[in-house]
Amino acid sequence: MRAIVEVMLNSKVLDPQGKAVEGALSNMGLSAVKGVRIGKRIELEIAEGLSQEEAQAQVEEAADKLLANPVIETWSISWER
Amino acid sequence: MGALSRRVAIITFPGSNCDDDCAHVLGDVLGYEVVRVWHKETQLPDSCDAVCIPGGFSYGDYLRSGAIARFSPIMEAVIAFANAGGTVIGICNGFQILLESGLLEGAMQHNESGKFVCKPVHLKVGRKDSRFTHKVDLDRPLLVPIAHMEGNWSCDDATFERLQAAGQILFQYCDEEGVVSAASNPNGARGNVAGLLNVEGNVLGMMPHPERYSEELLGGEDGKMLFTSMLER
Repeated sequence: MRAIVEVMLNSKVLDPQGKAVEGALSNMGLSAVKGVRIGKRIELEIAEGLSQEEAQAQVEEAADKLLANPVIETWSISWER
Repeated sequence: MGALSRRVAIITFPGSNCDDDCAHVLGDVLGYEVVRVWHKETQLPDSCDAVCIPGGFSYGDYLRSGAIARFSPIMEAVIAFANAGGTVIGICNGFQILLESGLLEGAMQHNESGKFVCKPVHLKVGRKDSRFTHKVDLDRPLLVPIAHMEGNWSCDDATFERLQAAGQILFQYCDEEGVVSAASNPNGARGNVAGLLNVEGNVLGMMPHPERYSEELLGGEDGKMLFTSMLER
């Protein structure tokens, strides 16, 4: 089982990386792109034998305390089997 | 021997690179006793007068600056020391680590320009009665260099107003006349914040590097006053 944690800067926060990529896409002439925001995808391999609830609780703790900084970022968790 | 007998611990994480500079200024230039502490240790030296968390790129800035260092073993001791009223200064990456530790409020983002900025900047001193500035004896702003990619400090409106009202904003980027404006802001930090205190006033985080301007030979010595302030109270 694998947990996928996605971390994004919260929407009010300026994303200089996204802005730079947006500028480059515009230089390429790709006028379809209106905006770019860059985040992180973090894959966590989960030990066998844990209940889904226990695994969910630990992954949430990881996301909240280390993987994301709640002051400027948001996170979401999805699961792959 | 001008200096009083004082002991200061300097923490080194993997990737710290201003620890030698801090040790040189605090030890060789100012004559305090310096104890080097590796991040894997779990205790600070006995009767420590201050802890210095130096600049650098702890853990290669992986994930976010300071995020991983915050969970190094020594940080429990540093947090306990700070919570007991001990003097802690975090410089540059040290500031980022203090934010991630929750000892200071807000968070660092990438510089608004997207660029690494390295230059001397002027700093308006918010108050001269703090533990870190009571020996600052100048009628002009301080001149201290910055060198960072993530110094764009931010927080929400309510937090900012509270920090401001409590006098926790110790340094703001300004021009040479002391005027704080967008033009004198090198990284986009909210309110031009360059240095921030905790509410008790015993913990300081600052992006500029006082250890780099503590000797006239190296361009300036305004930084020295912050170290003598925090150690000679």
